[in-house]
Amino acid sequence: MSQIIIYTIITLVAIGATAAIILYFVAQKFKVYEDPRIDEVEEALPAANCGGCGFPGCRNFAETLVKSESWDDLFCPVGGNETMSNVAGILGREAIEQAPTVAVVRCNGTPEFRPRVTQYDGAPTCAIAHSLYSGEGGCPFGCLGLADCVVVCDFDAIHMDPDTDLPVVIDDKCTACGACVEACPRDIIELRKKNKKDRKIFVSCINEEKGAVAKKNCSVACIGCSKCFKVCKYDAITMENNKAFIDSEKCVLCRKCVLECPTSAILELNFPPPRKKEPVEASETETN
Amino acid sequence: MSLKTFSRGGVHPPEHKLSAGSKIIELPPPEVAVIPVSQHLGAPAKVLVNRGDQVKVGQLIAESSGFVSTNIHSSVSGKVLKVDQFMDSSGYRKMAVQIQVEGDQWIETIDRSDDLVRNSVLPAEDIRKKILEAGIVGLGGATFPSHVKLMVPQGKTAECLIINGVECEPYLTADHALMMERTEELFSGIQLLMKGLGVEKAIVGIENNKPDAIERMKDITKGSNVSVQGLKVKYPQGGEKQLVKAILKREVPSGGLPIDVGVVVFNVGTAHAVYEAVMKNRPLIDRVVTVTGKGLEKPSNFLVRVGTPVSSLIEKTGGLPEQTAKVINGGPMMGKALSTLDVPVVKGSSGILLVDENEARRKEVKPCIRCTKCVTVCPMGLEPYLLMTLSEKSLFERMEPEKVMDCIECGSCSYTCPCSRPLLDYIRLGKAEVGKIMRARKAV
Repeated sequence: MSQIIIYTIITLVAIGATAAIILYFVAQKFKVYEDPRIDEVEEALPAANCGGCGFPGCRNFAETLVKSESWDDLFCPVGGNETMSNVAGILGREAIEQAPTVAVVRCNGTPEFRPRVTQYDGAPTCAIAHSLYSGEGGCPFGCLGLADCVVVCDFDAIHMDPDTDLPVVIDDKCTACGACVEACPRDIIELRKKNKKDRKIFVSCINEEKGAVAKKNCSVACIGCSKCFKVCKYDAITMENNKAFIDSEKCVLCRKCVLECPTSAILELNFPPPRKKEPVEASETETN
Repeated sequence: MSLKTFSRGGVHPPEHKLSAGSKIIELPPPEVAVIPVSQHLGAPAKVLVNRGDQVKVGQLIAESSGFVSTNIHSSVSGKVLKVDQFMDSSGYRKMAVQIQVEGDQWIETIDRSDDLVRNSVLPAEDIRKKILEAGIVGLGGATFPSHVKLMVPQGKTAECLIINGVECEPYLTADHALMMERTEELFSGIQLLMKGLGVEKAIVGIENNKPDAIERMKDITKGSNVSVQGLKVKYPQGGEKQLVKAILKREVPSGGLPIDVGVVVFNVGTAHAVYEAVMKNRPLIDRVVTVTGKGLEKPSNFLVRVGTPVSSLIEKTGGLPEQTAKVINGGPMMGKALSTLDVPVVKGSSGILLVDENEARRKEVKPCIRCTKCVTVCPMGLEPYLLMTLSEKSLFERMEPEKVMDCIECGSCSYTCPCSRPLLDYIRLGKAEVGKIMRARKAV
C-alpha cells in the first residue's frame, strides 16, 4: 500500500520537475520584454477599470501613459490630480493638472413640476423609451427616469430618487468617469467643475423648445428669456437654442442669476439657506 | 386554386377583423388640420406656405427636398394658422402646417367626378412624374416614396409587379374595403404601375381570409395580364420579401430589395392612389383608415383627409370607450402606441386600434429559457434572442454580422415569446445603433 503511494509521488515529482525545466527554457526563449514601469504605473492607478479615461482598462491606460509622448488627452478622472502626479513621479515627467469635475443632472422635471400625462409600459431602458416618444411628462428633452445612468455607474454614485423620479448624484462617490454622460440618450448629465463644499449653480433644464411650449409641459423649464444672461457680470452665461447655459469655469457662484430666473430653472445646491434674521427670530418666539 | 405561402417562420395571431365588410365612410374635413411635412421615409419636404396664406384642397404646401423625399399637398382649404412644430405619431414634435378649415374649395385641375377613366395614353415617364408630383408614398405603412421604387436602378430589370393585398395585420381592414369598393380604380392603377415600370405581368396577392376580395379582383382582372393569387393566412405575409417568396418562390438576398430578384411590390392602397393621381390629377390627400377595437361601438373604415386629428376619428366611431388602455397607430403587431390623441392622420396611418387594459398590459418579463421559439418564427431566419442579448449589453458591433439589419420588425418574436421578453424593442434599438455605425463608416 505504502509502496503505491511512494511510487505515485516519485512519478508525479519527476513529471513536474521535467515540465518545470522545459517550461523554464521555453519561457527564457520566448520572453517578451515589457517595460517594468507599466506595472508600476498600473499599481499607482486606482484599478477601477471604469473606462473613464477612454481606454479599456487601467492596464491599457498605463501602457499608453508610458509610451505616448504627449499627455494632453490623457487623464484619469477617478484618481484625479493626485494619481496623475504619482504617475508623473514614477515616469519622471510633468503632470498636467485638471480641475476635478462631478456629474450634474440637468433636469428637474419631478412629477410635481412636470405632471405625467402618459404611462410607459415598454422595455425599461431610457435608450428604447427615447426612441419611442418624448416621455411620460411630454418633455422631449427631459429625464425619462428609467435609470440607464444608474445601471452603468461602477461607483454607486448615482441612484434614482423614488419621489422625484430623477437620478441623484452623490458628489463624494462620483469620480467623473463619464459613463453616465455616455449612457444618457438625451445628454442630460454634464460633467461640471467641482467647487468648494460641493456648491454648484447650474441651469437644470436643457429644453430647446420655445418658452411657451416648454413651460406647458414643465413649470421649471428654461424658457430662454435671457434674464440670467443679462444679470451675469462674469460672462459665464450663454444663450443658445432657446436655453441658458452656465459655464462652470467662469461662474463665481454669486447666485444673482438664481434669483433672477422666473421659472426657477437655475438651481443652487449645497449653499447655506439665505439669512433672513428677523423672520427666524419671529418664528422662534412663536414656537417658544 | 392552390394556396401559397412563404416558407420560413411566421405566426398565426387571432385575426379580429371586426370592421370587415363595413363600407368606407367618407369623413368631412376636420375643423383644424395639422399636416406634417415628413410623412414619408427620407428627407422632410420643404414648406412653401407662410402663416396667413389661403390654401385650397390639393395645393402643394411643401415640396420634395431630395431624391428620396416627396411632395405634400393641403388636404383642406382655408387659412394657414401656423407653420410650427406639432406632436405627431412619432411621439415628438415635428414640423407641420396647421390650417384653419374654411369651406371645401379644391384646385381646378382635380377631376372630382366619380367617372372611371381608363386607358391612359401617357408614356411611362409622365406616369412617374405624376406620381412624384402627387406625393405618393407606399401606403402599406413604410411610406417609401413610390416614384423612387418605379425607377429601376441600372443593371437591374423588373419582370413582375406584385400588388400587396395581403393585409396580414390583425384588426386592419382598410385594404380589404378598398379592394371591395374601388376594384375598377384599383385595376386601372395596377395597369398604370405596370406601364410606369415597363413590366408585362402583375400578380395581386390576397390572403384567403378575404375570399370575397379574391373573387372580386379575379372577376375584374379576367382576360388581362394581371392575375390574382390566393395565399394561406400567415403573418407577416404582407412583408414584401415574404410576399415575393410566397408568390414567386424567389428569395430576396440579405440586404437587398425585391428589385434584386426582378420584382417590385406595391400596396393596393398605393395602386389606388396612383390611379387617382394619374387619371384624376388628384394628389395624395386622403386615405382609408380602419378605426377598430373591441370596446368600440362601430368599428369602421373611414376615408380620411390627411391631417385630421385621431381624436375626431375615434369620436366618429362612438367615442373613446372608458376601459381603453392604449391607442395604437397601426395594427397590433407592428403599430405603436400613441402618447396623445391630438396627432394627425398621415399618409402612413393604416389603422387606429383601441385596446383595453387586458389586451394592452405587457406581461412580466422573465429570463430567457432558450426555447428558440423566436428563432422558429422569425421570417427572416434571424436569432432574435441573441440579438436582444447583444443589444441589452450594448454590443452593437457584434449585431451587424448577425444580420440585424435584415430584421423587418414584424414582431413575431415578441408575440411568440413565452417569457414575454421585449425582443423587438431591443432589436429596434440595435438596428438604430448599427445604422449609425454603418453610416459613420460610409462617411469616412
